Amino acid sequence: MSEAWIEAAGAADIGRDDVIRFDHEGRTFALYRTADDHYHATDGFCTHAKVHLAGGFVMDHVIECPKHNGRFDFTTGQALGAPACVNLKTYPVKVEAGRIWLKVGPPAESA
Amino acid sequence: MPAFFRSAGAKMPSAITPRDYSLTGPNSQLAGERGLADAQWYACAISRARLKELMQRRDGPAVRDTLLWFGLMILTGTLGYLTWGTGWTILPFAAYGVLYGSSSDSRWHESLHRTAFKTVWMNDALYEIASFMVLRESVPWRWSHTRHHTDTIIIGRDPEIAVPRPPDLVGLVLSFFSLKSGPREFRRMFLHARGRLTPAEATYIPVSEQPKVYRNARIYLAIYLGFIGWAVALRSFLPLMYVGFPSFYGAWLLLIFGLTQHAGLAEDVLDHRLNCRTVYLNPVFRYLYWEMNYHVEHHMFPLVPYHALGRLHQELKADMPKPYNGLWEAYREIVPTLLRQVKDPTYHVKRELPATARPLSPVAQAAT
Repeated sequence: MSEAWIEAAGAADIGRDDVIRFDHEGRTFALYRTADDHYHATDGFCTHAKVHLAGGFVMDHVIECPKHNGRFDFTTGQALGAPACVNLKTYPVKVEAGRIWLKVGPPAESA
Repeated sequence: MPAFFRSAGAKMPSAITPRDYSLTGPNSQLAGERGLADAQWYACAISRARLKELMQRRDGPAVRDTLLWFGLMILTGTLGYLTWGTGWTILPFAAYGVLYGSSSDSRWHESLHRTAFKTVWMNDALYEIASFMVLRESVPWRWSHTRHHTDTIIIGRDPEIAVPRPPDLVGLVLSFFSLKSGPREFRRMFLHARGRLTPAEATYIPVSEQPKVYRNARIYLAIYLGFIGWAVALRSFLPLMYVGFPSFYGAWLLLIFGLTQHAGLAEDVLDHRLNCRTVYLNPVFRYLYWEMNYHVEHHMFPLVPYHALGRLHQELKADMPKPYNGLWEAYREIVPTLLRQVKDPTYHVKRELPATARPLSPVAQAAT
């Protein structure tokens, strides 16, 4: 997989306190926008079960998996309690000219 | 839903071949081969914006409801103390028992999902307390219920199938007072306290969580031993009327509510519209049951807190089977179905979707 920056979505495509799914080269990611317009990215699947986090619920810096309520801090990837026990991988994100760019090389932080 | 009695090992009439519901038997692998394990489930269409509104967490409703719940237990418990030794004591303890042994089920459930409160520690505190009250060890049951949501009523995968086919009617009657599940839970508590799990538990409890299982089992047993010692010292059952016994004598309403969730409905389908019931209840029952009567909606969107399930139901009902209008209507279906399943375990209720609903998936169609 390329380690270059990849254009992922428009910054306005994500509502505040929300998450969207981004697929790239057979992998799936979750892109987040906080209430104060900071952007983050993690792997798209929950580490507990193969469920897309993009269907989940964002509260502050926490994403909650839509299937089993596993919770992660999406700014660090930290799992916040059962059934989420393994941390999420996070990825560098930047916003330029209203577009979100994602660097999907080595994870910024992993379990 | 929680299993009032677990599926594996139920005694069956000799003429009927029992289904193997165990998580370590051939049906577990078969479910995987049929695409029923860890599968994609049907979800009704709802806008992301509306779903976000409904998923919003609040502390207020659950703080109010929990204070009222504990307040009612203190009130009825005090009345029980004041009337102890007279025939009148039956009334306050009957109420205390239902609050302790039955309503703890829905509090356990909602706080397990961490949707009761917005504040995480409040969910976790209520979860530990309610787990003890409803006689379910908090760590094993968290993982059991997680699997139940992954593989709802999938044979060989779901550890919480309350009424395996053919139904064990004697076991069901015993379950009104936890006389089947209660002794089993204590056996497991002793097993866990010795640092061991059952083979089925080992399939869904991660290794990293297992020390917590053993620690909590020892804590539970220490509490029970403390109350037993207190009762012996007083030469009175009174302490055990508050802790221990109510998990049995107060469990009957848990069963009445809980059986409506899935009993008699389809197995091995990937559509909660076919294997869950939504039942309209009066406000008192909805308080005692914390809105778990909206069970199709809960399974489809488990991030929605109990206080928003009624609104979620309004959003989705055009795509749902007709809800049951009260417990009476639900049991008019459940009782004859279970009686028929004793002789014909293949029989189940086939839920009908309205004309406005989206069609069933191929897997669901095949199963019906």
